[in-house]
Amino acid sequence: MTTPNQVLSEVEYDVIGKRPVRPDGVDKVTGRAQYGVDLELTGLLHARVLRSPHAHARIKAIDTSKAEALAGVRAIVTAADLPFAALSREDLGNDYNRFKFLSDNFLASDKALYRGHAIAAVAADNAHIAESALALIDVDYEVLEPVVDVRAAMQDGSPLLHDDLIHTSAMGEISDKPSNVASYMKFEKGETAAGFANSDVIVEREFTTASVHQGYIEPHNATAHWRADGQINVWCSTQGAFVVRANTADVLRVDVSDVRVTPMEIGGGFGGKVSFYLEPVAALLSRKAGAPVKVLMSRTEVFEGSGPAPGSWMRVKMGANSAGKITAAEIELAFEAGAYPGSPVMQGATCAFACYELENGTVSGYDVLVNKPKTAAYRAPGSPQAAFGVEQVVDELCQKLGVDPVEFRLNNAVTEGSRKVEGPVFQKIGLVECLEAARNHEHYRTPLEGPNRGRGIASGFWMNRGFHSSVNMTVNPDGTVNLIEGSVDIGGSRASIAQQAAETLGISYEDIKPQVVDTDSIGYTMVTGGSRTTFATGWAAILAAEDVKGQMVERAASIWDVPSEDVEYDSGVVRHKSQELSFTFKELARQLYTTGGGITGTASLDPTGEGNSFGVHLVDVEVDPETGKTEILRYTAIQDAGKAVHPSYVEGQIQGGAVQGIGWALNEEYYFSDNGQMMNSSFLDYRMPTSLDLPMIDTVIVEVANPGHPYGVRGVGEVPIVPPLAAVANAVGHATDQRLTNLPITPGSVLEARL
Amino acid sequence: MPGLVHVTTTINGNQTDFLCEPRQSLLECLRDVVGMTGSKEGCNDGNCGACTVNLDGRIVTSCLVLGVEAQGAEVNTIEGVASADGLHPIQQAFLENAALQCGICTPGFIVAAKALLEAEPDADEARIRHWLAGNLCRCTGYDKIVRAVIDAGERMRA
Repeated sequence: MTTPNQVLSEVEYDVIGKRPVRPDGVDKVTGRAQYGVDLELTGLLHARVLRSPHAHARIKAIDTSKAEALAGVRAIVTAADLPFAALSREDLGNDYNRFKFLSDNFLASDKALYRGHAIAAVAADNAHIAESALALIDVDYEVLEPVVDVRAAMQDGSPLLHDDLIHTSAMGEISDKPSNVASYMKFEKGETAAGFANSDVIVEREFTTASVHQGYIEPHNATAHWRADGQINVWCSTQGAFVVRANTADVLRVDVSDVRVTPMEIGGGFGGKVSFYLEPVAALLSRKAGAPVKVLMSRTEVFEGSGPAPGSWMRVKMGANSAGKITAAEIELAFEAGAYPGSPVMQGATCAFACYELENGTVSGYDVLVNKPKTAAYRAPGSPQAAFGVEQVVDELCQKLGVDPVEFRLNNAVTEGSRKVEGPVFQKIGLVECLEAARNHEHYRTPLEGPNRGRGIASGFWMNRGFHSSVNMTVNPDGTVNLIEGSVDIGGSRASIAQQAAETLGISYEDIKPQVVDTDSIGYTMVTGGSRTTFATGWAAILAAEDVKGQMVERAASIWDVPSEDVEYDSGVVRHKSQELSFTFKELARQLYTTGGGITGTASLDPTGEGNSFGVHLVDVEVDPETGKTEILRYTAIQDAGKAVHPSYVEGQIQGGAVQGIGWALNEEYYFSDNGQMMNSSFLDYRMPTSLDLPMIDTVIVEVANPGHPYGVRGVGEVPIVPPLAAVANAVGHATDQRLTNLPITPGSVLEARL
Repeated sequence: MPGLVHVTTTINGNQTDFLCEPRQSLLECLRDVVGMTGSKEGCNDGNCGACTVNLDGRIVTSCLVLGVEAQGAEVNTIEGVASADGLHPIQQAFLENAALQCGICTPGFIVAAKALLEAEPDADEARIRHWLAGNLCRCTGYDKIVRAVIDAGERMRA
């Protein structure tokens, strides 16, 4: 059963809110779009990476002589070719962690810290020769005991990943004793203990979630050419070409202007292609071989050498009074950072209670090193894990109080002016509107009947980001506009940015020609991520369009020989305010070259005001009592988009995020052996949802305009992955009368919970 | 180094000759030898469907077929779906239904859906979901892909 997707609009525009075909669409449905591996260059060599078979080992020696002797091998690199690998803590001082860790994750120097850690790379005439050469490289490892579980890694006596530098104890106190706890943070608001004392019901539970992968279908790839003049050209699959440029220059110790990065079409990222793994390696191989080098990962390498999102442990405690108000809440999280510090535990902690008006609350988190790949961003990093715990505890509070879970959430919802535990005060937000849409939805109003069935509901939060974006816009003599941007288009952003440009200029969407270009060809632009692209790059397009409009007014005034103050731009027409003089955009565009030259508008900005996103998801499941398998019967996702610029792609973000969350809830996990070997590093065994596993995903787009953006836009990409883990767990819980507190909720775990 | 094998095959209706190593997959031959990069590699072990092509009327993951097996066969790839007259109704339906985000899985889905709809243009949602279960998409949650294939079936029946 499905209902049509709904858009609850506040404001109507001419182009924004419509559903045009995306500019890059034809190339993508005909197989002509150029992804990184599709690039062909004269004299191109092909490279492969040798990876550690051990989760934890000291690298004593690497002998590449036999591989070098193989016919067709053109270059081999190891960490010895990286400038930072040999530098010590004394050499680098405070920069040690930043540069040495960055360098070591491209090619391990002293220790291999996870199975799949890159050790060496070979460039050869073809990939088969490169693969054969990898087998001829002798690495002398001293195998060490690994630790792959966050709680085990926090214990005294655990194997240490970095035995010389981490000085935070498991209790969060700074000590001289090394541990795997890289950092600890804590925020408090009000009087948490007093709040619990004033509650009538308290629920406290522990939860765990497994490591999961972003699962983009296109593996990481990079091509580099280190030219004889020192210029390094890089073509790759990345969410952020300027990040690749900066970090490649850093790790190779060259100037940033020596590196030009061309982002190719990208086959999915979800945060995982903000991190990168291959580009400096390809560059080093290219310098040695004197030819361009292409390197790509296999699917197993993607699993073992990139991502994942962190596994987690958490304890959640919440209290409420008999009036249905939350009196206090507390969460303690421990996230796996992987091999180097930097899990999103801070984001998890600060998102945890963001949906609830909280007078008294405490959030705390540990960033914990384990022998897994360094964790990478994955859609609303940290928030889904936290919501998995919090939203189940809220559900249990509702059960104990005998109140409706939507009414309870409305009764405790944050609104404009609410202050989060860690300090920020909400601007205008749409959580209440989302909850009301859920309460009024036909899905929620239709009782779920039948045995072994359950309905789950959960809310989710993501703060969204602003950050730098740049756009250049050139007017063509036929009245079209070239829109040059640095934001990689990962899911339709060429369209959503072009729509904002067209709306601002008052011309048609089809007259805007967007192009994503390399780092030499556009101003600084941060990653496509953080739900920022349609918001911030869209805003840059608006400002560039305003620049064009101003120049068009000046030009018309000059042609008419009148003061520019007497000329105005209105809906694609430049006209004199009092005389009968006007040009359409196309008419004036045709004259530009003969009346003073072409017009280019430009804008770079770093906006704040990104607004926050909330989502509410409803799911019905049926659990097979014989097998424990969970089937998704019906799913509805509701989200505040501020203003949906292209509603189809907003729906697509919501549907895609919801399904990734369903996979995280039911199927997906890194399954490790005791010695830290991932046992399921293929798409057969790491089971992502297929079309057969799912119903349609109904959506409701709520539009509570963001006052921090000219068209009210909020980012939409991330928050849809936050509610599903808990929504599914709540539904399975109601279907089975069990609380499922560990992810994934496999058939086996459901049967075990029933025993 | 093994010797090269001469393969004569038909790709999208055109007789094509290429030389390949016996160990090279059809996907590798299409992409790296013939230069047709529309078929994509997502896993190289038959689990993602991004390299789906039609081989003698059956859809196959071309990463699990050897190039030499194309000898004498009819191979149809994403490059042959559109014609000089324009896009195929399935391609048009994918565009208008926003059935792609990153686009890397799209060629495989279109080749697979075409084989289904040519045999069963009235395939319903359940049949489409079953047929496409061998093609992974991580961006869309499949909703808009399934709707696009239903829409394309209607266009092809019209």
